Amino acid sequence: MSEGAEGERDPGLQPERTRLAWRRTTLSGTVCAVLAAKTALHGGPSPAGLIACALCCTFWLTFLYAAHRRIHSLASPALPTPLTPRHATAAALCTVALAVCGAALVL
Amino acid sequence: MIDFARNVRVWFAPEEVRQEGRTPDYRFSLANERTFLAWLRTALALIGGGFAVDQFLPDLRWGWRVGLALALLAAGVLCSLRAVNHWVRCERAMRRGEDLPASRFPTLLSLVVAVVAVAMVVVVFLGWEG
Repeated sequence: MSEGAEGERDPGLQPERTRLAWRRTTLSGTVCAVLAAKTALHGGPSPAGLIACALCCTFWLTFLYAAHRRIHSLASPALPTPLTPRHATAAALCTVALAVCGAALVL
Repeated sequence: MIDFARNVRVWFAPEEVRQEGRTPDYRFSLANERTFLAWLRTALALIGGGFAVDQFLPDLRWGWRVGLALALLAAGVLCSLRAVNHWVRCERAMRRGEDLPASRFPTLLSLVVAVVAVAMVVVVFLGWEG
């Protein structure tokens, strides 16, 4: 529990577990994006479908970028810094945007 | 409600959280982050479920299919917004050394999932008969 235990490896592997949690979440997001693309391009490509597909891909890439940056910062040997609220909000908003896009596709 | 509005402001202003209290052990912060990610995955699973209902139950009547899909998507949106809100609240509670916030949301979500599951069973049975 002591602070400033720099260099000493955490036996609970907290940064690694957090990194893997980001990976799992990215994977879930990928499944969602693929399903969204399938829905968008169902019944042949149309302009609206292609736009929706492109939007979903953008949200997925944004999430991927956020996850990548976080994983990168967790991988550094220094003590891991806590997640910033902006980062968390960006990740959550990508999910929301995907869902809104999905609602537009379903209707 | 006012609390929620204040939390929304914090989502975009990281400095505000930083200024309060003292920084907790990084392990607690990371555990909080993993919980947030787990909720985000739950949200993504709900959204994926919405897409799946729309795509893989084509024999259902339009109203039922779209209704179920939209319900799942809306649950996903709620879940991810709540995930970030709860994360901010936990982070702030840890900084101030307060108890972690209690939440009714898990109960609510499990009830909604149970209702949707029952609706799904009914709809699939009726859909196959009709």
